[in-house]
Amino acid sequence: MNPRVLYTGDSCLVVEFGNSIDMEINARVQALRREIESKPFRGFIETVPTYRSLTVCFDPLRVPEGFDKLLLRLAEAAEKSETAEAAERKILVVPTCYEEDFAPDIEKVAVNAGITADEVVRRHSARDCYCYMLGFVPGYSYLGGMDPSLETPRLKEPREKIPAGSVAIGGKQTGIYPIESPGGWNLIGKTPLRLFDPARIPAIFLEAGMWVRFVPIDAAEFEKTAVLAALPDWKPDIRAETARKEVG
Amino acid sequence: MLVLEVERSGMFTTVQDLGRFGRQMQGVPVAGAMDAPALRLGNILLGNSENAAALEITMTGPTLKALSGAACFAVTGAEAGLSKNGSPLPCWTAHKIQAGDTLAFTPPRGGARAYLCVTGGFDVPLSMGSRSTYTRGGFGGHEGRALRAGDVLKTGAWGANILWAECEGLACPPALRPSRSPAAPLRVIPGPQDDAFTEEGVQTFYSSEYAISSSADRMGYRMEGPVIAHKEGADIISDGICLGSVQVPGHGQPIVMLADRQTTGGYTKIGVVCTVDLGSLAQRLPGQKVRFEKTTAAEAVSLLKKEAELFENLRQLRAAWRSRPASSSFASVRGTSGALRVFVNGQPHQVQWEALN
Repeated sequence: MNPRVLYTGDSCLVVEFGNSIDMEINARVQALRREIESKPFRGFIETVPTYRSLTVCFDPLRVPEGFDKLLLRLAEAAEKSETAEAAERKILVVPTCYEEDFAPDIEKVAVNAGITADEVVRRHSARDCYCYMLGFVPGYSYLGGMDPSLETPRLKEPREKIPAGSVAIGGKQTGIYPIESPGGWNLIGKTPLRLFDPARIPAIFLEAGMWVRFVPIDAAEFEKTAVLAALPDWKPDIRAETARKEVG
Repeated sequence: MLVLEVERSGMFTTVQDLGRFGRQMQGVPVAGAMDAPALRLGNILLGNSENAAALEITMTGPTLKALSGAACFAVTGAEAGLSKNGSPLPCWTAHKIQAGDTLAFTPPRGGARAYLCVTGGFDVPLSMGSRSTYTRGGFGGHEGRALRAGDVLKTGAWGANILWAECEGLACPPALRPSRSPAAPLRVIPGPQDDAFTEEGVQTFYSSEYAISSSADRMGYRMEGPVIAHKEGADIISDGICLGSVQVPGHGQPIVMLADRQTTGGYTKIGVVCTVDLGSLAQRLPGQKVRFEKTTAAEAVSLLKKEAELFENLRQLRAAWRSRPASSSFASVRGTSGALRVFVNGQPHQVQWEALN
């Protein structure tokens, strides 16, 4: 589908690249985002990338050639935005402890898939997941690429409080709770990383278009990393690799 | 610098500036003043940066005691019943406050939110580039929450605003205050998912009266009224939600998304309320009626230009006020300070002077 540029209020335009959750489509969203951010126009404020669209926010009184011209320029830039995935993947390594204390629902996931809990851990950490977008709450990433055999229905009764850092499966999706919040996903582990820390710069490490790699750790390693990750100058393990693991 | 202690918190008083921009792509909501023009005008009146942090007062205001220092302040937005040490004072006017003074408020007339701006702004730590409080996430503003009795706030350094006391007595004339008539329709730019609704559904939206429901807060205002019919369904693949978006979930009732909205969401948006009308909505209360009127993006931008003239006129008024001749009782002093506008290569500049003792 050709990209469509639509009005969304007087201070934003949205570029739609399709109507499905698809890596090719999302790659075009990220390409346009990079294009605009590398050459921001006067009055540009920020972009909000989602699965299949890019919202572009600006100050309409500062945009140089006016609203309608901007609309045309965005449409042209969108047409040109590449579909090819960047050759290099940026991967955030997310150490995750899948041990009992942190994984109240891992047995349920295992029974549902007809495998052992150890096999759940192996399959969950075997594939890198693609971060399509962030939203819902600060630092929450919509990940794609979980092993389909781990699909597990959500809890009938959502929990009132899920601790920050919990790694969970809800239906076909996997995710990490960046802040303590209510939720109905199955908890299979916990990361000592702080995915959102408003006192840190940057507050959030993940960006749309990056990848997440779950790496199993034991409880002792969890405690050690939790202490380090709370230090102000702590840096996460972000790697650049050429594509190697396939998304299912 | 002024240090204030909160004696009573009021209903919901938070520190807000113009919002937290640049992190929406990571799911961080913008937050910021619900009636942004009221905040900007208050800051212009005081010679602050327009983005200086103020207290957003919702309905019942706080009681604040000045512990030390001095500053000028102004209350803008809804007409709150403002008093200093028990004597009523007009809103939209710069007043002086110093150690020992107590400010109190009675609930505003004709509005929901008032802004207490001070010279230097409220000095709370920057969080991701902004001082705005986002209470749901527990960050920004004063400890990420609404004020409580016993909290102590201080104002920022003067910076370039060394003539801060000069604004005392300056008022924003009614003609320069944005209209907040509760009867005015909210103008809406259609899209981006207006094609997800039936023709009757769109017709219903623009021709019906909606009542603001009891669940109306900084995140969004839910409306109650005739059901807006979708063609096939209300769910879309998650999409960005800009300020003023009118989401219509499956129940067919519109929700106008405001300052504390989440950054993305999966409901159809029939249109987006014009930026110039958002302050007017922010001043309305549950139970009040709302009508939506179709407009275009071009019209909305020209309305914004008109609104920008209010800001510019107040800036000029302030410059003129500062450069006025000294009052008669100080006739012999004659102009110990002032300001004037000069144009250099066509660009306006402001020159300030002050006698040094």
